[in-house]
Amino acid sequence: MAFFIQLVVTGLAQGMVYALIAIGFVIILKCSEVFNIAQGHFVLIGGYLGYTFLVPFGLPIWVALGMAIATAIVMGLIIERLILRPLLGEPVLAVIMATIALATILGGLATLLWGGEYKPYHGLLPIISLKIGAVSLPSESLIGLIVSVICVALLMLLFHYTKIGLAMRATAEDLQVVQSLGIRATTVYAVSWVIACVVGVIGGILLGGVSGAHIELANIGIKAFAVVLLGGVNSIGGAIVAGIILGMLENVAAGYLDPLLPGGGLAQVFPFIVMIIVLVFRPYGLFGLARIERI
Amino acid sequence: MGSSSGVFHENYAQDMAIFPTKLHWGFLLAFLIILFACPFFSSDRILTLLTMMGIAVISVHGLNILTGFCNQISIGHAGFMAVGGYTSAVLCAKLGLPFWAALPCGALAAGIVGLFFGLPSLKIKGFYLIMATIAAHFIIIWTIIQLRSITGGPDGLSLPRPVIGGIALSSKTNYFYLVMILTCLATLLAKNIVRTRAGRAFIAIRDNDLAAEVMGISLWSYKLQAFFIGCVYAGVAGALLIHYFSFASTDQFPFMDSVWYLGMLIVGGMGSTTGAIFGAVALRLLDEVVTMAGPVLSAAVAPQAAASLALISHGLIIIIFLIFEPRGLYHRWEMIKTYFKLWPFSHQE
Repeated sequence: MAFFIQLVVTGLAQGMVYALIAIGFVIILKCSEVFNIAQGHFVLIGGYLGYTFLVPFGLPIWVALGMAIATAIVMGLIIERLILRPLLGEPVLAVIMATIALATILGGLATLLWGGEYKPYHGLLPIISLKIGAVSLPSESLIGLIVSVICVALLMLLFHYTKIGLAMRATAEDLQVVQSLGIRATTVYAVSWVIACVVGVIGGILLGGVSGAHIELANIGIKAFAVVLLGGVNSIGGAIVAGIILGMLENVAAGYLDPLLPGGGLAQVFPFIVMIIVLVFRPYGLFGLARIERI
Repeated sequence: MGSSSGVFHENYAQDMAIFPTKLHWGFLLAFLIILFACPFFSSDRILTLLTMMGIAVISVHGLNILTGFCNQISIGHAGFMAVGGYTSAVLCAKLGLPFWAALPCGALAAGIVGLFFGLPSLKIKGFYLIMATIAAHFIIIWTIIQLRSITGGPDGLSLPRPVIGGIALSSKTNYFYLVMILTCLATLLAKNIVRTRAGRAFIAIRDNDLAAEVMGISLWSYKLQAFFIGCVYAGVAGALLIHYFSFASTDQFPFMDSVWYLGMLIVGGMGSTTGAIFGAVALRLLDEVVTMAGPVLSAAVAPQAAASLALISHGLIIIIFLIFEPRGLYHRWEMIKTYFKLWPFSHQE
């Protein structure tokens, strides 16, 4: 039983980070109807940025975090201006291919700048540990949990109590109305990309603190897609719930089934199995809106 | 785009002809003669490149029918190639089936797996389908690695050199001929598939699937047909790829290849058989340039520059085409042809 609870709790902490990354994806999707395949690569860049600012530069954690976020903001603005804006109004496939190409380029840049090597930075994040009975939560997971909760709360506040948040929600609702009210849709798009980059980079630093920065970090994006599909693509609350569910399921499945399978590695393919099942039986996810189409 | 002045299409057959005039037939014949004469004057390296191009062309034709004509976007194409490749490899290596029998079996297996993963397409489209096909790729590769006793898992599987009717295809030249013949057949077939009833149904589904359904086109049947045809093409390409190396390994079907095939389609021009050929040839050439430039760059800049150059150039070329020439090389080619046809007048009508 303790083993099971341990798996669930670890899964919860991991799932919260997935949810954070998935939210970046949902925000872009809601505001500009762009499916951002490169979300995982923001995480990758984030992991390496965390390493760069913490280890070679030797900055304290808060300064490093600030620098990483500043870099993410610039990255988001550049990406939106150079790649996404020229493709406004193009068909879905063109935009998705552009984000896939963006993912490829970011992967290439990470290889070029950091050699695609494993760069650990354990122990540089603050240490808080929690132990209840036989269940212990490692410090990194706990920090991940706390930071993710704070970020999600901040995003919620942004959406509900600021002008730009209102503009973003309105754009998600109806682009034409927003434009006729004099709100600049391009600003909203730029902000949504910046937010996606920032949450991706924060997620990258959190995950990098646990497992070190490495090129495989980009695969976390695929887990974020599974989360998004499970939660419903246009629901932020859904992303949170689904992130936690997926994190727990993955840990429990890997904990109990991996010893039974010869090759192991179920954790890698697990998100895809979830994806296919969700797509076949409930394509709009748990909390998504079913779209009604007209000719 | 009309034909040259003085050419009149007097009946339906003439109007539908792929090669309407004797001049076109002449060009085709000249091209085929040069292509099939290649082994006499080109080096091994060029033959390998041409063989790889041929395999890519077959694969992209399949993707073109699925994505370019039927708008069922698939980023799992390398996975379906792996199914075809591994099926034929296992049949050859474990059951001792001859190559000519294993190849169609591989193609059929890929088609059936494609049907299975095409099932979600009945309920979903666009991004959701992309996700389903990405999932298909990873599930297929994972399954192949899990079936260690049959496929050799991560160690790979070596197989005998292919033989057809007593002719050993062990030399590069013989294999080149096999691939080129199959590529020509595949191209002809692809060109004709899109002119049949099914092909027209695919185009209707691409343009507006709801309208197509209202017109009486069975989405269920035609979407699955598109998946089947596309994946059969992938299966043939995968089998050819594996038999070329006489070794099957999941490393031959990386996820990036799935993306790259779609990139070929975009660069070439979606929904055009000629465009698929252009795209496959152009991007394979780019690959070759990158492979040649890689070591130079690695020596000059950093050891990892070669790997990152490949990734960055792939990404950039796709983005550049999407932004500046979304209709691909085929459109450019048509514009050049029109320019010369109308010269010295600047435009038609």
